[in-house]
Amino acid sequence: MGFQPVKFYQTGTYTVGNRLLAERSVQAGELRSNSINSGHRACQGCGEALGARYAIDAAMAGSNNQLIAVNATGCLEVFSTPYPESSWQVPWIHSLFGNAPAVATGVAAAMKVKGRKEVRVVAQGGDGSTTDIGFGCLSGMFERNDDVLYICYDNEAYMNTGVQRSSATPPAARTATTMPVGAEPGNPFGQGKNLPEIAMAHGIPYVATATVADLRDLEYKVRRAMTIRGARYIHLSVPCPLGWGTASSDTIRIARLAKESGMFPVFEAEYGEVTGVSKIRHQVPVEDYLKPQKRFAHLFGKTPHPETVARIQAIADRNIRKYGLLEEGSN
Amino acid sequence: MLKQTEGSKAVAEAIALCRPEVICAYPISPQTHIVEALGEIVKSGELTPCEFINVESEFAAMSVAIGASAAGARAYTATASQGLLFMAEAVYNASGLGLPIVMTVANRAIGAPINIWNDHSDSLSQRDSGWMQLFAETNQEAVDLHIQAFRLAEELSMPIMVCMDGFILTHAFERVDIPSQAQVDAYLPPFEPRQVLDPAEPVSIGAMVGPEAFMEVRYLAHAKQMQAIERIPQLASEFREIFGRDSGGLIRTYCTEDADTIIIAMGSVLGTIKDTVDEMRAQGHKIGVLGIISYRPFPLEQVKAALLNCRRFVVLEKSLAVGMGGIVATDVRMAVTGTGLKGFTAIAGLGGRPITKASLHKLFREAKAETLPPVTFLDLDWDAVNKQLAREKQTRRSGPVAENILHDKGIVSAKFG
Repeated sequence: MGFQPVKFYQTGTYTVGNRLLAERSVQAGELRSNSINSGHRACQGCGEALGARYAIDAAMAGSNNQLIAVNATGCLEVFSTPYPESSWQVPWIHSLFGNAPAVATGVAAAMKVKGRKEVRVVAQGGDGSTTDIGFGCLSGMFERNDDVLYICYDNEAYMNTGVQRSSATPPAARTATTMPVGAEPGNPFGQGKNLPEIAMAHGIPYVATATVADLRDLEYKVRRAMTIRGARYIHLSVPCPLGWGTASSDTIRIARLAKESGMFPVFEAEYGEVTGVSKIRHQVPVEDYLKPQKRFAHLFGKTPHPETVARIQAIADRNIRKYGLLEEGSN
Repeated sequence: MLKQTEGSKAVAEAIALCRPEVICAYPISPQTHIVEALGEIVKSGELTPCEFINVESEFAAMSVAIGASAAGARAYTATASQGLLFMAEAVYNASGLGLPIVMTVANRAIGAPINIWNDHSDSLSQRDSGWMQLFAETNQEAVDLHIQAFRLAEELSMPIMVCMDGFILTHAFERVDIPSQAQVDAYLPPFEPRQVLDPAEPVSIGAMVGPEAFMEVRYLAHAKQMQAIERIPQLASEFREIFGRDSGGLIRTYCTEDADTIIIAMGSVLGTIKDTVDEMRAQGHKIGVLGIISYRPFPLEQVKAALLNCRRFVVLEKSLAVGMGGIVATDVRMAVTGTGLKGFTAIAGLGGRPITKASLHKLFREAKAETLPPVTFLDLDWDAVNKQLAREKQTRRSGPVAENILHDKGIVSAKFG
């Protein structure tokens, strides 16, 4: 049965529901590839599983189902395999923690040399493999402009090994290696890397950020990336109920608050220049984002740290200014 | 075609004749001339289709090779020394995944102290990585072993290092017979992978494996190398049929039939050893040589058979198992278990220390007289060692060892022996 392009009055949002839109999402389409099949072992409410499902299905849709996936070591690799319970319906390889971008370069080179230009390559990893241990390989892949889409599922710490700090862990966050003790509880301020900006500094054709709160936007960005050749980078915020200490049912709400507070700017960039920004629709103070997360509980307990919350608010404010995240004239 | 050429250049030409599809290059002395030459061959359009990728590290070099090989491309890289150690995690991964990558190791010492000269510490450190290791004695053999290596690696779906002595071979100009493309094509069929990433037939490669299957996977890696023990001599013999010369095999003997003393070694030093043996034979000594070409798999039976009729052997190796003695010697002793043969270990040539005929004469005579200690450090400067030991005894803050010894030695001539 074919599609009926039904158009209703739209408000510029998707609140009226998938079926009412002229264009279905990849996930809502009957041709979705189910690249990561059910039966994997992700935690309830895992943002990474959700994000990977949407991202890889969108990449499949954007490549006419001609996709090879490379995976770094991490939660995604572990929960989606032990063989023979592999969830992967696409050709998939896992090599090491720190080399997914380079392995993807090799796969892309093999496809090129064999004249199989239709086959596209996606590499993926968590923030630990992307911002820390695999950073060198990622930078090399970017710098050579290899024909690879790299997706970072950023849950802001080493969740697979038990919630240790990475260079994507935000200030003040409690992790197993940045405990909320001492004079400056949690992760220190003034550290960490901004990977999307580092990616942009390589001058690669496409860089985008997204959250699992807006899966339509994620699908759009993946499909946009698949129309481009060369090195592309998508940095996806994926809340982790286990590591963040949030309710499994709150993953999407927390991701939305990350964006609406200004803590996680959502934008896209081409050749190092920002070309589009997802505006904050209902700005919230960072408290609204931090409070539901147990990793920040020490900021709001018996001895609250309003000055620390203010420092985090300042980070959000800087993001808002820098990326122009507020509509003209909005609060 | 016979030509006078540099070892690295000859190897690069041989690699190109093997039609690699992906070459990953990261420069490290003394491997540089190989990847430089290959870069030019690819860029000029002489070798096509081939992707030559300048990567950002040796870890990336091996990782790119892993991706390319898993996607069905014939993949090649080259490294040495620190580079091999830097890629070590990916080296084990390539063999664990059963990917038939061929890599040249331009053998070089491992620091600290930093040292660019030749010994075998680098590839021997990867002894248990699951890679096969073939050692070339000459540049001709380096050329030939690479051609055989692609064939063997792809047959078994396991990776191979072809080891050639850094500088001594890589930078030496000598006569090399470069085969024709027709010869290489006749010997080396196109790569037919056992596993391949292909959207038409999706597979998962590199999944988590628990205790229920891990040992079997590891055993099969061992079993593959045991198969290689059978295949290496057969491939050398097929090579002779097409190329008309003896190259490769597991071991090579020289004057061992009537020898009471046999010297065992790997790589280019075999040339110096054979010259010394010739001179000693002229003086009436019954001495012979056993060259080990295949270090992994280690040909235990063949080594034992070659040594059975002698009385004693000396393993002269460019490597050191710190805290124990010899690395190759341990394997040789394993081979001769139960034979009652007397064995000596000579650690020689570390960090490029020249191994001279004069020193070898002395060593071999002492071996024949059985006056050697079980482990000898050839041409070790005991004065320098004792001076440093005394210094350490005298003062707690004795300073950096290497710099102290260099200071003691002062400006030395680059010429030894």
